[in-house]
Amino acid sequence: MRPINSSLIGRVGEIIEASTAGFTAQCYELYELPPLGSLVKTKDGELDIYGIVYHATTGSLEPGRRPIARGKDEATEAAIYQSSPQLSKLLRSEFSALVVGHRAGDSVKQYLPPGPARIHGFVHQCSADEIKEFGRSLAFLNMLVSAHLPVAVDEIVPATLRLMSQSQEDPRGFLVAAGKELAVMLGGQFNQLRAILGRLK
Amino acid sequence: MTDRLGVVVSGSLESGVEVKLDGTVSVEDMAVGRYVTIEGQRQRFFGMITDIELGVIDPRFTLTPPDVSDPFVSEVLSGTSTYGILHVLPMLTISGDVANLIEGPQPVKTVPSHFSVVNLASQADVELVFGGEDEKRFYVGTPLDMETKICLDLPELVKRSNGIFGKSGTGKTFLTRILLIGMLQKSAAVNLIFDMHNEYGWAGTSEGGRSVKALKQLFPSKVAVFTLDEESSRRRKVSTDFVVRIGYDEIEPEDMSLLRQTLNLTEPAVEAIYELRRRFGKNWLQQAADMSDSDETRQLIKDMDIHESTFQNLRRGLATINRMPFIAPQAPDNAVTRILEYLDRGINVVLEFGRYTDIIAYILVANLLTRRIYARYRERMEKSMAEDSAKPTPLVITIEEAHRFLNPEVAARTIFGTIAREMRKYNVTLLVIDQRPSGIDAEVMSQMGTKITCLLDNERDVDSVLAGVSGKSALKSVLSRLESKQQALIFGHAVPMPVVIQTREYGSPQSYKEFLTAGKAEGGKQAEKDIEELWG
Repeated sequence: MRPINSSLIGRVGEIIEASTAGFTAQCYELYELPPLGSLVKTKDGELDIYGIVYHATTGSLEPGRRPIARGKDEATEAAIYQSSPQLSKLLRSEFSALVVGHRAGDSVKQYLPPGPARIHGFVHQCSADEIKEFGRSLAFLNMLVSAHLPVAVDEIVPATLRLMSQSQEDPRGFLVAAGKELAVMLGGQFNQLRAILGRLK
Repeated sequence: MTDRLGVVVSGSLESGVEVKLDGTVSVEDMAVGRYVTIEGQRQRFFGMITDIELGVIDPRFTLTPPDVSDPFVSEVLSGTSTYGILHVLPMLTISGDVANLIEGPQPVKTVPSHFSVVNLASQADVELVFGGEDEKRFYVGTPLDMETKICLDLPELVKRSNGIFGKSGTGKTFLTRILLIGMLQKSAAVNLIFDMHNEYGWAGTSEGGRSVKALKQLFPSKVAVFTLDEESSRRRKVSTDFVVRIGYDEIEPEDMSLLRQTLNLTEPAVEAIYELRRRFGKNWLQQAADMSDSDETRQLIKDMDIHESTFQNLRRGLATINRMPFIAPQAPDNAVTRILEYLDRGINVVLEFGRYTDIIAYILVANLLTRRIYARYRERMEKSMAEDSAKPTPLVITIEEAHRFLNPEVAARTIFGTIAREMRKYNVTLLVIDQRPSGIDAEVMSQMGTKITCLLDNERDVDSVLAGVSGKSALKSVLSRLESKQQALIFGHAVPMPVVIQTREYGSPQSYKEFLTAGKAEGGKQAEKDIEELWG
């Protein structure tokens, strides 16, 4: 888990695919991905759309062309990139975020905005203050828990909460409150609840 | 103190409401018998916790328990997936509506609505329900874990017969002593106490063997000690006021019929007693005892149609009576008249049995005296009704081992059965002390106004004490969980709702002082009132 520090806060990418429930963005720099579960935002006119990073990939720029192993004669991994500087241009990192709310004016709403984000919209990491403000309500957890994602909810939810708790004044209190919220939501899914709580610590 | 406990989630008037505890409240801090208030939308309810339960949101929690050694997990789960449930029996409404303001708390006729907030009852709430100490109310103890005083309305209490129950060693005697002091100070009734074990007159002993002061030591001017056993009283250095002797001619057939079981008399033998009475008149006992074993006697009993074996059975019984040292051919003084004299002067009478703790002596004497006293009271009461004159002072007769007098077989015949049933018509009521309430006739039990019960653990005893009380099953769990000492459940006429009390202290110099000052303050007020009346 990478800490959210000032160097990372700022633009992390640009949207290349968007829908009502989520968006996918490409990073400007290879591997400069926001951490799993982090809160990101993009602007859509007056609206700030918030998303939680649930998935990331790094792969070839061209879909049909797979990278090949190049390091046979190199001593280190870094040397591969040094000897083939074109690599960082032929590969790209992408991440997907689930839309969990938006800000209209001064207030944060934890429900879907009226429309999807725009293609080429810039994606920023949220500042600690923004995360703290967003974390005042836990209604977004329901969207997260009920979404069908390629990565298990049992992983996303704890990752999100762990990150979010770091920006709170009382991290443990925040986690307990979120845990209670989840315990109610997952009343019938005992095993899932147990898995999530186990990863929250 | 308005500690929020949780919210009402379900329930009924009959079985009480269920309260889901908040996650922050631990079930381990709750206690059965504690009071809560429920803030309904229009009314405030006052109720008692009758049961505490654990709930889980998913039954799988019970099959594969989560790791609660982790404080985080246990904190998250408590109140959400795992929670506590209180069963609360709403008893009274204490809202500020008109009826409540005028008549005080009212019995509940409905239940609070869904999700009404439940708080621990505050001192003020409890005081509102049970009232503070005043010239009528007497402080008997405090509710569990609270400092508030629970007070009994004594003039109301003595209007009906009452019972004190509990296993041996649970504090019945202490409780009775406290209650007697209360009556003596605040009820305007006089007491006649048949004191089988010499515990109420001069001094008693606590469970630890410590000697405690009894009524006469605390209130010498208001209590007289009568004794059947002068010698024992003298040895115990008790200053007695009168020695009771009972003459042969005072014993009547009715007194004997009550002793049938204890003396092992047959039915025909009891019939024979009536026959002897008819034949010999007042002196029947003397005559029957004096009969020698001659042909003459045989002829005589044959004339009376008494069978030989019946007569032998009867003679054995009479011999037991005759052996009692306080039975004399001629009594020097009439005990009944003397007792009444004292009672009329407002002086409470404790009759000590000394060494004669034999149940036969107790039944015989208690029944004999009570019958005559009751008859006099009845006469006077009828006279006062006819002439519209002053009624005799209300009398409370305290008896121990009550199941011997009031068991279903004899209750219909004994005077105590009559008093218990006819209640206050003739200004005589009973204070029944017993350890086996199941042995008492159900009809008598049902007529008791207020029942005070210490721990009982026999199922039948519990059932008989609680018979006919609303919320019986709930009270049952409270009753069987009383501590074995100094705790009692009070319910009935003199309290607005059933209440568990920690009985007030008795036996330390400080406690005596408190009892005395309570009486004095009242006396002072009475004097003031008298002066006021006198001078207008």
